[in-house]
Amino acid sequence: MKYAFSFLAVIGLTVIAGLGSQIPGMPYLFGVALPYLALLIFLVGFIYKVVGWAKSPVPFSIQTSCGQGKSLDFIKHNRLEAPNTTSEVVARMALEILTFRSLFRNTKSEIYDGPKITYESSKWLWLFALMFHYSFLVIVVRHLRLFFNPVPEWITWLEMGDGIFQVGAPNWYVTDVLLVVAVVYLFGRRIWNANIRYISLINDFFPLVLIFGIAATGILMRYVLRTDIDIVNIKSLAVGLVTFSPVIGSEIGAIFYIHVFLVCVLLIYFPFSKLMHLGGVFLSPTRNMKNNTRAVRHINPWNDPDIKPHSYSAYEDEFREYMVDAGIPVEKELPAKKDEE
Amino acid sequence: MAVPKLEQLSKSVVQGPSLATGAVPTRDWMDTPAVFKAGNYAYPAKKDKVEYLNSQKGLNFPNAREWSPEDDDWKLPDNWEEIILKGLKERLEKFRSLKIFMDCCVRCGACADKCHFFLGTGDPKNMPVLRAELLRSVYRNNFTLGGKILGKMLGNREMTAGVLKEWFMYSYQCTECRRCSVFCPYGIDTAEVTMMLRELLHLVGIGINWILEPVSNSNRTGNHMGLQPHTFKDNVEFLVDDVENLTGVRPNISFNRKGAEILFITPSADVFAEPGLYTAMGYLVLFEAIGLDYTWSTYASEGGNFGLFTSNESMKKLNAKMYAEAKRLGVKYIIGGECGHMWRVLHQYMDTMNGPADFLEVPVSPITGTVFENTASTRMVHVSEFTADLIKHGKLKFDKSRNSHVKATYHDSCNTARAMGLLDEPRYILDHVVDWVEMPENTIREQTFCCGSGTGLNTDEIMELRMRSGLPRANAVKYVKEKHGVNMLSCVCAIDRATLTSLMDYWNPGVGVCGISELVGNAIIQEGETRGDELDEGLRTLV
Repeated sequence: MKYAFSFLAVIGLTVIAGLGSQIPGMPYLFGVALPYLALLIFLVGFIYKVVGWAKSPVPFSIQTSCGQGKSLDFIKHNRLEAPNTTSEVVARMALEILTFRSLFRNTKSEIYDGPKITYESSKWLWLFALMFHYSFLVIVVRHLRLFFNPVPEWITWLEMGDGIFQVGAPNWYVTDVLLVVAVVYLFGRRIWNANIRYISLINDFFPLVLIFGIAATGILMRYVLRTDIDIVNIKSLAVGLVTFSPVIGSEIGAIFYIHVFLVCVLLIYFPFSKLMHLGGVFLSPTRNMKNNTRAVRHINPWNDPDIKPHSYSAYEDEFREYMVDAGIPVEKELPAKKDEE
Repeated sequence: MAVPKLEQLSKSVVQGPSLATGAVPTRDWMDTPAVFKAGNYAYPAKKDKVEYLNSQKGLNFPNAREWSPEDDDWKLPDNWEEIILKGLKERLEKFRSLKIFMDCCVRCGACADKCHFFLGTGDPKNMPVLRAELLRSVYRNNFTLGGKILGKMLGNREMTAGVLKEWFMYSYQCTECRRCSVFCPYGIDTAEVTMMLRELLHLVGIGINWILEPVSNSNRTGNHMGLQPHTFKDNVEFLVDDVENLTGVRPNISFNRKGAEILFITPSADVFAEPGLYTAMGYLVLFEAIGLDYTWSTYASEGGNFGLFTSNESMKKLNAKMYAEAKRLGVKYIIGGECGHMWRVLHQYMDTMNGPADFLEVPVSPITGTVFENTASTRMVHVSEFTADLIKHGKLKFDKSRNSHVKATYHDSCNTARAMGLLDEPRYILDHVVDWVEMPENTIREQTFCCGSGTGLNTDEIMELRMRSGLPRANAVKYVKEKHGVNMLSCVCAIDRATLTSLMDYWNPGVGVCGISELVGNAIIQEGETRGDELDEGLRTLV
């Protein structure tokens, strides 16, 4: 149901762009106005969200230690998993962001008769998540060739590397294949894994279907419908967009507008969705703080100095008699007893 | 509420119609209300305890009343929705963690089967992701753009009494052990979410007695157990007598003594009940063996801090006694006993909340001269760090054979492992005093499983839940029991010592529970001792 809705939504968007772009005058909307608007919303939204997070303080140092903390000389400190210095934190964060360290730890539990619970290493999610994110990154970077004239050499190198297997004509990019495979896996596990199916929302299916749509239209354009599009016009439009002098030449092809439109939807959707984990992962206090809280005091800006303990004097006042009887030292002696009447 | 028989529960966790064992609920989680019945909830806080706490400066515990979760009407204040949403807004502004954790979850499900409550109950709402989603759904509805328009379709929902009841049920089926946060690619920590939920619930007068009574006791008498000064002293003195009877050496102790070099604070449970008592006897033997100049305090007679399970304000208020007392007595620094959540507070909150401790000195071991640089600011040393250092410098003489009745394994307490990284000090000590083995690797160190009854859930009325949530831990112990003949589960946590005992009795009868310091106390050779070989159960031997 939820995934069906996501498909419907993306199909609907495809139809809008496919038909809409064919109406005279509309290519300007789909090719120029929307991309600018989408990028603006993405940038402003992204910054707004990150600033919003940064506005809230981090009152307590709540890092999660995943290894031995720094203590005595002869106890081996795990510098990556319980970092004590800024550079150790940077290393931990780099490992987290670049290699998805935490996902690498993933295990799968199973309960058998006995009862007996087992925990098996399960790295599929880690593998496909890495595949997905890195392919996406390379593809985005590869697209920069459209915006530069002449194309910087390093982008050409990247492209060559991506097409290293020299399969098909035009030459297939490795990342195109990996991205599609990874998206299908990430979508599939939301269907076949009962736990994840139960927790998945439309917000989880929609971006995957949308990205699948983007990849599919891109692939169609490059490998199948190549004759339907005008690559020279696309290039001049792209260069025009970055130099703020966009021109739309002759017919570019509906498939191109669909592709661009879906990318615009992704950009607009991004800051309002869970996709913001891209920014959030940098700011997560359990990962980006030091485990040195007994050595260096962490400051809480809203620490309330008026919260004081139930005072010792109040405590002694309540229990003084017992304390004196029990021989526990007191600050104030008991009042001298009155003579018996 | 009777606990089901072992055979029954063993079957139920494997075959029961639960998500953990493959049965997918047909109803969406939002359409599945929380149903309270005897045995699945901890008793609400007593009216007088709530009133007492509310009367304390700096604390806010409104709406004291008699109520029951089983009733339809929870007697909430008229404007409770407003209070909750205002409280949530305020907390979003005060805690970056909350904002990030509300926004960033992608529901990848990596956390799902990492939770001991989920593994033991199979209840989908015990998957950390869904537990957080209980709050996130309200957050999205009220604090994100278009939240209300897009509504339920996107997993957003209005704050209703049903949601509140769900919050109560599932924020008290989480022990804030943080195991999920180890596996989360964004480090999302369900403990933060649960802590916020519990704070919000207190704003409308929803709390449990097993937590608020200790909090109020601790505030007034200095310890959770409510031991008054003379009783606390008596209890420790009984242990002194026992140690003398067993070893022939009478530990020299003092209370509230000004000018002592060190203040020693441990969970009051250690001087209150078995098997914690033996851990406390271990401390007494250890400190006597090295002639430590230290004092106990009756005012700061609690290491634990149930404020951590309540609200940051109560945590701060209770914790503040430690420094206040250290200052009053003029000690140089503090040594803390074996306790899990106590050390989360000491390691991650104490200095921030109640520091700087500039009236104390950077801790130096009077025996070895080691400077504890890692506590340069907080000035509070863990007894395992202190002991490991003594052993390293050869300051303790051990006869390991005095623990020959023990084949131990070691349980990392959630908090010392994941909120501190105290992993190898206890292991170093164990290596020197006892024959021991590790449990399977996915159940120890940072991946350790909670006892199932932490964060104030160690109350008897929810025993079935506790036995279920403790199953992953018990199961790992069972493995080493069968493979290596383990008969003792050692740990550095006072809650563990109480709760693991019930857990072992249920799942693995014959396995005892002890603190590391008990094993140290057993093995120490003291000057002037008269103990022979007859102590075949160490400090537990009946004489």
